[in-house]
Formats: sequence, C-alpha cells, structure tokens
Amino acid sequence: MKITLHATPDITPRPLIAEVILETGALLNIDRADVKPKGGEVVIDVPPNECKRVVAAFEKRGATITALEQPVIKDDDECVNCGACISVCPTSVISFREDWSVQMDLDKCVQCGACVTMCPHGALTVMKS
Amino acid sequence: MTDKTIQDINAKIANGSVHVVTAEEMPDIVAELGPVGAAKEIDIVTTGTFGAMCSSGAFLNLGHSDPPIKMQKVWLNDVEAYAGLAAIDAYIGATQLSKSRGIEYGGAHVIEDLVAGKSIDIHATAYGTDCYPRKVLDTTVTIDDLNQATMFNPRNGYQRYNVATNCSDRTLYTYMGTLLPDCGNVTYSGAGVLSPMYNDPTYQTIGVGSRIFLCGAQGYVTGQGTQHDPANNFATMMVQGDLKQMDKKYVRGASFHGYGTSQYVGIGIPIPILNADIAKATAVTDADITVDVLDYGVARRDRPVLRQVTYEELKSGMIDINGREITTSPMSSFHDARAIAGELKDWIQKGTFYPTLPVERLPNTGVEFKPMKQIGEQPTVADVMAKRVITIQQGLTVENAAKVIMEGNFNHLPVVSDEDRLVGIITAWDIAKAVAKNKRDKLDDIMTRAVVTADATEPIDIVARRLEQHNISALPVVDKHSRVSGIITSDDITKLVARR
Repeated sequence: MKITLHATPDITPRPLIAEVILETGALLNIDRADVKPKGGEVVIDVPPNECKRVVAAFEKRGATITALEQPVIKDDDECVNCGACISVCPTSVISFREDWSVQMDLDKCVQCGACVTMCPHGALTVMKS
Repeated sequence: MTDKTIQDINAKIANGSVHVVTAEEMPDIVAELGPVGAAKEIDIVTTGTFGAMCSSGAFLNLGHSDPPIKMQKVWLNDVEAYAGLAAIDAYIGATQLSKSRGIEYGGAHVIEDLVAGKSIDIHATAYGTDCYPRKVLDTTVTIDDLNQATMFNPRNGYQRYNVATNCSDRTLYTYMGTLLPDCGNVTYSGAGVLSPMYNDPTYQTIGVGSRIFLCGAQGYVTGQGTQHDPANNFATMMVQGDLKQMDKKYVRGASFHGYGTSQYVGIGIPIPILNADIAKATAVTDADITVDVLDYGVARRDRPVLRQVTYEELKSGMIDINGREITTSPMSSFHDARAIAGELKDWIQKGTFYPTLPVERLPNTGVEFKPMKQIGEQPTVADVMAKRVITIQQGLTVENAAKVIMEGNFNHLPVVSDEDRLVGIITAWDIAKAVAKNKRDKLDDIMTRAVVTADATEPIDIVARRLEQHNISALPVVDKHSRVSGIITSDDITKLVARR
C-alpha cells in the first residue's frame, strides 16, 4: 500500500528512510518525493504485511504518516463509462467490467494523470497528497 | 413485402401484448428461429448509441424583453450563440467555445446545464431599431424561462465510424481523443451491434418523422444528416427533440483535451419488424461490422488506411497493427447505449412510446459524398522550397561547416552520410555555441540528429504548423530514401503569404 511521509525541517536532514529500511528490513519503493524549506513529503509504496512496523518506525523518529488517498478519483456522476481513459493508461489501471462499466485497479496507479486529460467529461482527478 | 403493419404493432402495444427485444438479443433469436420465424415472433427491436456528436445544438427562444431587443450577438455563459435569426431566437452550437474558459466549456456544456435546470447568464448586443430600441441586454434564465428550447442536430448517429491511431512521432489531440505517438493507442466510436442505423441499413423504417428516443425524451428524425453517405455505410441523420423533456444523463457536454468541445447525445431507434428482411438485418453482430483504421498522424483529408477491423475485435480491448498488440479505447459508451436500448424497450412495453413509419425514408442510393470544391491551387512544399540546397558530409569539422555557412550566407546546413542520406542538421547558432564552448572538432558532436523534415508533396499549411510546433525555422525536404532534395524555411512561407 502507499503511504505519505511528512517530515518537519528538524528531521529532514536525517536519513530517515534508510534507517527505517535497515531497522525493518522492508523493501520500500519511493514513488514520489518533494522536499521544501518547510519540510518534506515522500510517497512510499510499502509491502502490505510490513506496513504496521514501517509506520511505527517512522513515527518513532518524529515523522507523520498518512495513508495515501485514492490516487485517482472518479466522479461517478460525471463518468459516462465510455472508457476513453483505458488506452492512454501506461499501467493498465482501467478496464471494463462485464457490464461495460469502467473499473479501476488503483494499486497499479502511478499518478501520471494521462487518464485525467483524456477524460472528455472531467470525471477524473489525480489526488496530490 | 409486409407481413405486419405498424398499426398491428401499435395495437399490440396498446393491449400489452407487444414483443420487444434489444438489438443485442436479436442475433440469437434469428439464429434460432430464422428470419421468417423471428419476424413472426418479434414486433420491435430497440437500438441505442451514446457518444460524441459534434454537429449538435439547440434553438432557443428567450421571450421578449422590455424595451424589446433584436439581438445581433448573444452569449450564453460566455459562449456565443448564432443570433442571425428573428429578434430573440438563437442557435447554440455544441462546439462553440467559451470566450473566457476556452476548450473547457462550450455550447455543449450550456445545453447540458440548461437540461440540468441550472441558471444561464445571457449577454446580448444589438444595433437598435425603431421597433427594437434596446442595445444591450444582461439577464439570467433557466430552461423554464424560455419559450421553446429545441434540440436540433444536423448530423447525429453515424451508422459506423472510422478508427483512429497515430503513426507519427508526437502526441496528437483530436476529436478521437489523445492519440499517443508510434501507434501507442487506438480509439473508436459507435455502438456496433446496437448501432441504430446498422440495424436497418437500407432505412426501411428510418426517415422523416420516425419517432425516436433522443436524450431521454421522445424526438424525431427530420431527415438525412449532413454528410449522409449510405454507399459507404456512413449514413447519418438529422434529429430534433424538446430539450425541456430531456434527461441530463443522456445529454452531456464533453471537452477533448487540446481539441475542443462536443456533445454526448443519446439516441435510440425502434425498428418495427414488419417482415423477414428487417428481422434479418437486425441480427447484425459486432463481428459483421467492419471499419478502417486510419493514421491520424497524416493531417490530410484522405488519411492512410492501416487495416480493417470489426467492432468485435475493437471491443476485445486490443488490435494488431503491424504485428503489435495495441490497446483500444471506445470514445462512445456501450454501457449507456445498452441503457438507452433498454429504456426504449421499457417505454414501448409500458405503452408510453409508439413507433411510427417515416413519411419519407432516408435515401440509401443516389447520394453523393463530395469533397470540398476548392478554387486555386494549394501550394505545396515543392512550390516554395529552395531546390539548390547545400549539404555537408558527416565527419567533417565545425570549422568546415562554419566556412560553408559563411560562404553560402544561410543558416541551416543539412548533414549527410556517405550514401547521401540525411543524418543531422547544423545551424549558424549551433556553430556559435560550439565556438563559445571551444568545441571545434567533429560536427557529429554538435549537430541535431533528430531532424524534423518535410515531404515535397505536403501542403504549406501543414509544414507551417510543424515549424511552429517544433519552434524551428527550417525543414530539410527529403525523399523516401532520406535524400535531401530541398529546404523550406519560415522565410519562404512568410514570403508566400505576403504574395497572397
């Protein structure tokens, strides 16, 4: 699952992620990182079974962890289930159900936003944490 | 050959014994009973389609203001409607863009907002007359404040539609959606098995006065659509219906990134099964309908056809193009097309919808589909390019190139291989940069390798757009073997435009 690490300026100089990897042995994948003067935010993909330990290890070091919201949100009132979004998605997040309604496998989403610009009805939004 | 009349069928609707199925159910029924048996058993087949139909719009009558105005120009939520009609009539077209919001909001969205009951801002200007003295009008209305609000669509419900892909090396933004470079995706439109017009391909039951499902209301076919092309199974229809009766679900504004706006229109046509021929036609399946896959990377009227596919292949989610499996996306909603065919079936079964036969059928022969008549020749690259082009051999030095450019007094120097094929390009600016950085040796180190080129037969407009998109000022003109036959610069094009 994906989590967002929020670190305040006093702890950003520390190698937080490296420390947590060494402590927990979990294979973390950094999806997106953004470090600014007032602190840092990193989106991290964590193996689901290691999540609890990883979150605890970060929190012990003074970081705040939030679960990443759904990476892409579909407004069902706007979506007409055309499926225009399907062919531009690089990671095959979107497909049709048996009844030709659109479904999304959000675990695969890398938040590139290609589907958002493709949607003719403004039904899709990429969440930025 | 009529086995049943429309009166027989409507009597069955009235007494509740009518037998209606959707066009998706019909192939199995015809396979089991045969066309004759199916024609006896089934009274009506319902069809449906829901997709982008640009040639759509609405006539609105705003009612008279006091003092009265004869609108010369009118804007609805900042989208201009056509007011060259009587004083307070206007036609809002689906693809007209908002002055302030551009591609994001257009006439189609105004129509959707009207149907949804939202308030619309009206701004109108006029020149003022004795009977209509007012010159400016600003007000806010909802659909309930209007006298008539009539959807009138000149071209809807294409029988089938071409498939789009893009073989060029850049992303294209089209009315078929975003097309990724190097045939990265495929988009298509149309309802296939549910296609209204493909279920009655000789239009025995479709024409002027056919009562239809239009965006959740009962509407009518008013004639052949513009660009009606029955000979190629690209028939279209003109339709109208009361906007005030419509359902927002089936009339939606759409915005295609980098292209513009369009209207998603929901149409369902009931096909009365009067005889075995009509029953047989409604047994059409996705596998029976073929369409061409076109390369939208070629911005010409006649785009190259890469192959033919069926709707069955398209709906599988992948098609093969030159040995590669490419993902397909529909632009129209099969989910909602199915809902429309189902809703129309319900209406008929409940006795709230009675199909009609047309007073005149849509023509299916003798219709010519013509390209635009153009007077004056459109100049091509060959007409404008410099034919004597100086090139330089690959492997020479920056110094050599500088000398050639200086002697020739030009800015762009194509670099060619030993076999005389284009491998790069050098500009005077590249040389200035190289000298400043003290890189005076090999040309290969500083030349641009991904050269944007032109073909001698291309129209100038296409080349001008290419120069603009790549933010460059010249294109070497090459043949199919990459041999340089000329060069065309933005200066050449400017001179041509100045002469016009």
